Amino acid sequence: MTNDEIRGFIENSIGENNVMLFMKGTPNQPACGFSARTAGALNALGVQYAALDILPDPRIRQELSEVSGWPTIPQLFVKGELVGGSDIVMEMFESGELAELLGVEQDEAPAEIEEPPTARRPIGLENNLE
Amino acid sequence: MPTTEDLKSRIQDALPGAQVAVEDLTGGGDHFRAEVVSERFAGLSRIEQHRLIYDVFGAEIGGPIHALSIKTATREVRDDQR
Repeated sequence: MTNDEIRGFIENSIGENNVMLFMKGTPNQPACGFSARTAGALNALGVQYAALDILPDPRIRQELSEVSGWPTIPQLFVKGELVGGSDIVMEMFESGELAELLGVEQDEAPAEIEEPPTARRPIGLENNLE
Repeated sequence: MPTTEDLKSRIQDALPGAQVAVEDLTGGGDHFRAEVVSERFAGLSRIEQHRLIYDVFGAEIGGPIHALSIKTATREVRDDQR
């Protein structure tokens, strides 16, 4: 896969998925605490989202950061717009803004998100990297 | 290896007058957390506020600075939360 093809895949993922999370690892097996917390917040809100593991090829992260202008992982996009990384997502989760943005109800007290997150719709870019 | 003092002074240089606290999360000199209070953030979205901090370090983020967790606030917001 060329860099342009990877970038195209990333841009399509952002365009085609209302809630799109780029992370290290998968929602079931996050490979980094920041990614785990971000996926956990989405899981706690019960929203359906697509997730892409950036680890299988370093070019995924390079191209993603060029597309988004954001240097770190994870990155959450909602309706094609970058919402932020784990700091912003967690602040918005705790304040209720994330639930509002995603159009879901949130309990008064944010749910604990330490439990292992469950996968929603992993995307298998790694299967297309040859 | 960057130190908390390096990060703090570089953020303060970029945002004069900012109150900056930097913590080394692991003690390893590569995972940091920065809390920054600055008037420069007024009227900016969170994304824009965090970008101001990331821009100070450019390509060092993801390189020598493996992770930089950021919390930003304007003075008003922080005072409200006290």
